[in-house]
Amino acid sequence: MTIKKHVKLGLSALALSVSLNAMAAEDPIKVGILHSLSGTMAISETVLKDTVEMLIEKQNAEGGVLGRQLEAVVVDPASDWPLFAEKARELLAKEKVDVIFGNWTSVSRKSVLPVVEELNGLLFYPVQYEGEESSENVFYTGAAPNQQAIPAVNYLMNEIGVERWVLAGTDYVYPRTTNKILETYLMDQGVAKDDIMINYTPFGHSDWQNIVSDIKRFGSAGKKTAVVSTINGDANVPFYRELGNQGISASDIPVVAFSVGEQELSGIDTGPLVGHLAAWNYFMSVDSDANYDFIDQWVAHTGDEEAVTNDPMEAHYIGFNMYIEAVKKAGTTDVDAVKDAIIGVSVPNLTGGYAAMMPNHHITKPVLIGEIQDNGQFSVVWETPSTVAGDAWSDFLPGSKDLIADWRKPMSCGTFNTKTGSCGASAGEMAAADE
Amino acid sequence: MGILRSLTLLLIALASALSLPATAQEDDPGTALLTNLAEAPNSKVEEALNAIVSSGDPRARGWLEAYGNNRLSQVKNTGQVVVVLNNRGRDWKIANPLTGENMGEMSRRELDRVAINNAIRGQLGGILAMLDLNAPDPDVREASAQDMMGKVDALLVEPLEARLELEESAKVRNRIEEALAIYRVGEGDLDAVEVLAGSLHPRARASLNVAVRGDDPALAAKAKQALSTIEQKLKLNRAAETLYFGLSLGSVLVLAAIGLAITFGVMGVINMAHGELIMLGAYTTWGMQQLLPGQPGLALILSIPAGFMVAATAGIIIERSVIQYLKGRPLETLLATFGISLILQQLVRTVISPQNRTVVTPEWMSGSLVINDALSLTLNRMYVLGFALVVFAALMLIMRRTRLGLEVRAVTQNRNMARSMGIRATRVDIMTFALGSGVAGLAGVALSQLTNVGPNLGQNYIIDSFMVVVFGGVGNLWGTLIAGLSLGTINQLLEPWAGAVLAKIIVLVFIILFIQKRPMGLFPQKGRAAEG
Repeated sequence: MTIKKHVKLGLSALALSVSLNAMAAEDPIKVGILHSLSGTMAISETVLKDTVEMLIEKQNAEGGVLGRQLEAVVVDPASDWPLFAEKARELLAKEKVDVIFGNWTSVSRKSVLPVVEELNGLLFYPVQYEGEESSENVFYTGAAPNQQAIPAVNYLMNEIGVERWVLAGTDYVYPRTTNKILETYLMDQGVAKDDIMINYTPFGHSDWQNIVSDIKRFGSAGKKTAVVSTINGDANVPFYRELGNQGISASDIPVVAFSVGEQELSGIDTGPLVGHLAAWNYFMSVDSDANYDFIDQWVAHTGDEEAVTNDPMEAHYIGFNMYIEAVKKAGTTDVDAVKDAIIGVSVPNLTGGYAAMMPNHHITKPVLIGEIQDNGQFSVVWETPSTVAGDAWSDFLPGSKDLIADWRKPMSCGTFNTKTGSCGASAGEMAAADE
Repeated sequence: MGILRSLTLLLIALASALSLPATAQEDDPGTALLTNLAEAPNSKVEEALNAIVSSGDPRARGWLEAYGNNRLSQVKNTGQVVVVLNNRGRDWKIANPLTGENMGEMSRRELDRVAINNAIRGQLGGILAMLDLNAPDPDVREASAQDMMGKVDALLVEPLEARLELEESAKVRNRIEEALAIYRVGEGDLDAVEVLAGSLHPRARASLNVAVRGDDPALAAKAKQALSTIEQKLKLNRAAETLYFGLSLGSVLVLAAIGLAITFGVMGVINMAHGELIMLGAYTTWGMQQLLPGQPGLALILSIPAGFMVAATAGIIIERSVIQYLKGRPLETLLATFGISLILQQLVRTVISPQNRTVVTPEWMSGSLVINDALSLTLNRMYVLGFALVVFAALMLIMRRTRLGLEVRAVTQNRNMARSMGIRATRVDIMTFALGSGVAGLAGVALSQLTNVGPNLGQNYIIDSFMVVVFGGVGNLWGTLIAGLSLGTINQLLEPWAGAVLAKIIVLVFIILFIQKRPMGLFPQKGRAAEG
């Protein structure tokens, strides 16, 4: 495989030098890729690097954009949060990239924020996150809580009739903020405090015996119970395994997860999990031609017949195409021009619809609820009738209720308070202040 | 090329469909039944299912099972309903549901899955359970009666009562009575509460809880009384459960730490790559399962010696290439082995994959041993607990009863004197390190059944392992066993009360304080051995 890669590298280098000779005047557009290729997050982030590379290859085969080829600049921040900031600086200041696709965890995004704002870069962030942020230089192509958590809870409440809730999460910022939003939302809907159980576990937690047995007990109060899980990454595998072993089936206590995708399920025997739920904006099993073409392309790119696609990959697909459209629209790769041009740009997503960039730098997405199947895929059981626009500032948190973000001129503000009519600190300043 | 391939596949599928006698297809009532199910909107699915059940077709059960398992699909352009045999990848293997005949492969693009959701799956479970109630095997009947609990509705009461009359097995009778009582409590029947008073099943409690909140004061009072008797019984079960959880977590800690107890405890080498040796053992299990597809149990058993050998070999390489040159320089050993651990992790990421690998749990290790409705012990953890004890016993035997054990103890107590007695200290070093590493590999084989097999596996256990060895007393295997089991139990006792995060912190603080008081751990080495 490595030989193949070398050959590929050599070929692309050759192609590059040929094209350089042909049109030496036009430099390639540099696309920075800031995803961990080593360390704990490599499990999730390597596929995203491959996705962007694949998209670049495809765009180049179609003649690039504005007559210029695209060139990937890959760095490895090694799952190390401060290193993310350094690598972002390297990309922007030294490599002079035109755009960055990157980050997975919120903490890594927060560490990059001040750098991207200071050096006026462009960052496309592809992962569902806790919201409460809008930066002039960042485009959030993953879901905000109102595009994932709230619709999922609505589904459980209205379609399944759930009255008792377990909010289980990994102990860090995304689950804590999401659960705070959900708790407020549920209480607003008339759920009693006794009917909500909140539980946090450390990263990579592997001993779920006690917690699962607690959930089982909590669920025997005679009201329909569901677990809303913001458990992160591979801690899910032993969690689901324990659920199966303790005999909790999806028809007793369904678990709806916000961080379990095809990738996570590919490391587990899904037999006992059939029927548990996940809420995303894309599933690999979605029945649309755009999706099937994307999968074919991905399988060809990885050379692995079993390769899976997932939601953050779709987010990069959308983000990348939006960037290309915005560059075409602006007629240049100048950051400020692209920033203005991209608002309102609409490109096809993989579920058969369109995604549009909103003035708050979030995008519109359909919300899908899928049930786990025995082949490690999800089958869609419910979806929102139309796409939902991402809300940067949650309406269910006291501090953020009155805030809105709008990056169109003349407002150009990510933290506009509708009560006081003033603009607060920028996202980068807030992230820097937190440190 | 993709289009071409799916076209040929389509042609093959079409040809095979045509080659069937066309009349048989059309005359078969199954065709109509299945098409009806496939095309029913959500509200009509129940009707379609009932039509299939009441048709009395002997193939009905198979269809319903396929439907429940998400295995029914409709070919998009012919409307034919097919059973999907293998739904992995882009091309699915399909078969004819009427004849069971294999129809080859078809691209996923051409197939439309017959939708099912949890609500329908629940109803389907009830239907299948009802069919199973007449099975000849009493165990099947008991399981299906248990499935009926909480699913009984007005329509099912009569057939269930009829079944109760016929039923011979006392266990199955009890189950059916409980299932009926759950329904009757919901209807306000006071006598039914009595039946449920002795039941530990969560659904029985659920229905009593509903009754307590209900409008009928007499029923509520009685249900409350029944619940308090149940609660009494549950307390004992809960204590037993927590103890089991503790021992099981403890056994994992013992397994992870016992190899370290030899390399660190006996030899004094601070091996930060210990976790990665565990990881190698886990990957060996994965590799074995890849070599022996379809036989996960056999592969797991073969992995025990294989995991030991792989990790031991890795251990020998580490010892020969690095550790032997750093003898007596603990800080440098620590740094060097930490480097090795990073190298091994990244090696696995590059060579195998950064993604976690699937290790299949064999049939006989999944599920749980049901003691009663409130207490069931998960089997995989029980096997790991047993395995930990066996490994411990074997190690004790080696250290106490074999020549190698004797030499190891001699070399660690007084290296120079042992050498002057003719013991080859270098060889003993290699053997000891290999033994400790091999045992880490064994831990990996066991852990592959409990947690993720990925490049980070080792990192999650290295801190815990050192904690256990230090707490138990360096150089003492018994100390490691007791320390591991007690730390596991303390952790599980604290967890429901303090939460998983705080429980971990409390245990850590406790160990720090304990070490302040007794720097040598639980079971310090005594006498001359301690000074060596």
